[in-house]
Amino acid sequence: MEFRRVVVTGLGTINPIGNSIAEYWENLENGVGGAGMITHFDASKFKTQFACEVKNFDAKEHFDRKEVRKLDLYTQYALVAVKEAMADCGLDLESEDLTKAGVIWGSGIGGIKTFLDEVKGYANGDGTPRFSPFFIPKMISDIAAGHISMKYGFQGPNYGTVSACASSSHAIIDAMNYIRLGKADVFITGGSEASVNEAGLGGFNSMQALSTNNEEFETASRPFCKTRDGFVMGEGAGCLILEEYEHAKARGAKIYAEVVGGGMSGDAYHLTATHPEGRGAINSMNMALNDADLKPEDIDYINVHGTSTPVGDIPETKAVQTVFGEHAYKLNISSTKSMTGHLLGAAGSVEAIASILAMNNQTVPPTINHKEQDPQIDERLNLTLHKAQKREIRAALSNTFGFGGHNASVIFKSFSE
Amino acid sequence: MSDIASRVKAIIVDKLGVDETEVTPEASFTNDLGADSLDTVELIMEFEKEFNIAIPDDQAENIGTVGDAVSYIEENAK
Repeated sequence: MEFRRVVVTGLGTINPIGNSIAEYWENLENGVGGAGMITHFDASKFKTQFACEVKNFDAKEHFDRKEVRKLDLYTQYALVAVKEAMADCGLDLESEDLTKAGVIWGSGIGGIKTFLDEVKGYANGDGTPRFSPFFIPKMISDIAAGHISMKYGFQGPNYGTVSACASSSHAIIDAMNYIRLGKADVFITGGSEASVNEAGLGGFNSMQALSTNNEEFETASRPFCKTRDGFVMGEGAGCLILEEYEHAKARGAKIYAEVVGGGMSGDAYHLTATHPEGRGAINSMNMALNDADLKPEDIDYINVHGTSTPVGDIPETKAVQTVFGEHAYKLNISSTKSMTGHLLGAAGSVEAIASILAMNNQTVPPTINHKEQDPQIDERLNLTLHKAQKREIRAALSNTFGFGGHNASVIFKSFSE
Repeated sequence: MSDIASRVKAIIVDKLGVDETEVTPEASFTNDLGADSLDTVELIMEFEKEFNIAIPDDQAENIGTVGDAVSYIEENAK
């Protein structure tokens, strides 16, 4: 059967370097980092005391008081990003068949702050269970998808994807495939995460996954750099409106890009470490290229997972070289996590947006904070260090990999009829 | 207004996000104050906490208005 074509017609975000798409792109292009000392709670006893937090966010500006108590921060971020994307795409909900409009939303952890607060309340009490009736429906990692559907009346396929830091890439791929197959015409997709809190930071700290470079916190997220020492936690949300091409064309929608391929794989190797030769990453990128019916030479930019951990960045660059061969040296590669930090389950969505905006602006956002070449990384690779680079981008690939060995790669292509 | 009534009112205003003037004795949580089933459960739990009482489920089912809540608590609070 012939697949239907899928295009991106709306974007929205709230993340550590932008509370809107316009602000996000401006800071990506200018290489502005989002790290700061933690303000969400007192982190003075933690090994890591900094993160990339969302700035100037006041829930009261977006939700009424009754509403806000039922929404974990991860759902609040979701609804804010979706609102921007929905306004951007210009869908007229009155004239849509809403049973053909779905929501697939990724989050790695969901409402971890809600879980923490409720369990703390119970542990500090006398054993009488006084859990809020909103505890479960506020915490679960599918509830953002539920809230989004209630807000916009979308009655098509509706669920959440969970694959740690690959969650929202899986959401985008699923949404693309359902549109291709005719299960829906429009999807709100993307992901959100809000785990800059005691449990999130403490847990990742114990895994030795986070940078502890408190002295140089502003430049600690330094993917590929020899002195990298872990990822910097980020938070926020990214939203993409995916739409069947004819549907978008019929209503004269603005088209950002075409989503042409998705690849998914499992490392089947280790709980948290990536396979040393990037086995899963290779399979995921190859599957995405095959799915898109593109050759490695057709890709101009890779927005890598590149988290700035000592063990993660090397296998990914090896995997890129295995898949792309000599063309690897003609690619632009960058890790925008050097600016945003690692948004965990939301990473795939904000990095998909970065890839699309890069294509639209024919500008590759940089990998900032790089100080010293790592001898284990081929210096001939163009990692787009320090400054954005202008170039033609015909197609861009975005990689995300999650704890558990979940890998996902999505390919966006510059749109032409 | 009794002390109990004013404390009940404060909880309702806080949890349901309604205006104080709407919280009349006759006001029904679900029909007048916009509460759904989970909101009502939460209100009952807040009353239990505030007044240090336990409201059994079969009794809670009969508390549908602000006045119902105040009378129940007046009879049962220690």
